[in-house]
Amino acid sequence: MALPVGRRSGNNRKAQFGLFAGYLAAILGALFGAALLIVSLVRPDAFAGLRAMAGDVVAPAGEAGAAGRSGSWSFLEAIAGYYRAGSRNAVLEREVEVARVERARMQALEQENRRLRAILRLRDSEDRPVAVGRLIGSTASSTRRIAYLSVGARDGVRPSMPVSSPLGLVGRVLEVGAGSSRVLLLTDAESMIPVRRATDDVVAFAEGRSDGSLRLRLVSLGINPLKKGDVFVTSGAGGIFRPGIAVAVVSELTRDGAIGHLLSNPAATDYVTVEAPWQPEAVAMLQQAPQSAPPAR
Amino acid sequence: MESLNPRARSDRYGSRINRAQSPLLAIGVPWLSILLGSLTPWLPIVASAPVLPPIGFLMLLAWRLLRPGLLPLWAGLPLGMFDDLFSGQPFGSATLLFALALIATELIELRFPWRTFLLDWLTAAALTAGYLLVAALVSGAALARFQLPVIVPQLVLSVMLFPLIARMVAQLDRLRLMRVRRLG
Repeated sequence: MALPVGRRSGNNRKAQFGLFAGYLAAILGALFGAALLIVSLVRPDAFAGLRAMAGDVVAPAGEAGAAGRSGSWSFLEAIAGYYRAGSRNAVLEREVEVARVERARMQALEQENRRLRAILRLRDSEDRPVAVGRLIGSTASSTRRIAYLSVGARDGVRPSMPVSSPLGLVGRVLEVGAGSSRVLLLTDAESMIPVRRATDDVVAFAEGRSDGSLRLRLVSLGINPLKKGDVFVTSGAGGIFRPGIAVAVVSELTRDGAIGHLLSNPAATDYVTVEAPWQPEAVAMLQQAPQSAPPAR
Repeated sequence: MESLNPRARSDRYGSRINRAQSPLLAIGVPWLSILLGSLTPWLPIVASAPVLPPIGFLMLLAWRLLRPGLLPLWAGLPLGMFDDLFSGQPFGSATLLFALALIATELIELRFPWRTFLLDWLTAAALTAGYLLVAALVSGAALARFQLPVIVPQLVLSVMLFPLIARMVAQLDRLRLMRVRRLG
């Protein structure tokens, strides 16, 4: 298709000026965008208020859609289930046998744990959730992994609170609006969680890789003690996440650690709980540290 | 005349007698559809990897390539700012990239005034590749070089999806030009 008549300026001075003004406006727009981008890269929370406000406006519609998600998910699962029913049945039966033995062992351990705690006079901390909400949607077309949550400041949610599902850790709250908030998922490249192996004290950092998996970097270098299938839980270091929340399972070994897969796939979660930071004093101290004292190295 | 052919006095947008296009639809539909495309992060898909194509950007390209001159050259600024509110990117990345994409399309159009859909598709594919790459680089997260292949599935999906979106935009264009306003 040739250019429309109105876009050919020819000798018409007015049309020439019009075209020129259009180009000027477009280039100014691009420059304005670049300036905004630089500001928000230097100060990531510069436009948080604007985003939160926009989020609050759209959240009710999003929540209606999210209500359908868990239903449709299990529907697809149900169809897929028919294809693998036989083999899965055999595997599950074997797993149940193992789990039954494990349960007896766990009950014994739990009892012993309670007894030892009683001796040490440790109280179980009150970890009632601050709020319960739905994950509405996520930034599925950006390389950042941020999800939208259906509860906000009105429900007591504050930035940097941990978000978890019954299956494990999901992420932490990044920005809060009145009735919605943005959650930094574990798989975001900016997310870094202190974890340890569930069975012993091998400590590592779980970094997001933006592709649905986590990179587990061991803190102490040496011979890599990890094996496929090792489960990692939060270690409690840093004070935000309480220790013992399941995070990832090792699926592939690397030179300095492993690649892990999320235990709590956010796509399959329906309701998530927002908890208060585990040790708020420690978190506050760590956040103030850079101004008041030189960082300990 | 009507007894011979009932559609004799109408075109594909409706009767030409006593009916005219509504300026509200003619201008509003493109803008509204692009804004709706930018709202895809609120779809109930919680992905743990970038999988969804940037629908808002693809809609913008499709409208721009189908109807040159319908969107003003500065349209990237407001549309991009709206996209930035929801995309999860640092604020300003879509503002910049939408504006640059519109200028780039303008230049491509000056170079190739006579185009086929294949060339439109190629243009859209090249611009989308650039968009996704730059968006990943300025996303504010320190992505290592080995992590850049993360955007490849998304890119392939976007390129494959463009003809579909172009068809959808063509349907919306017919809606846009419907003769809904009654004269007199």
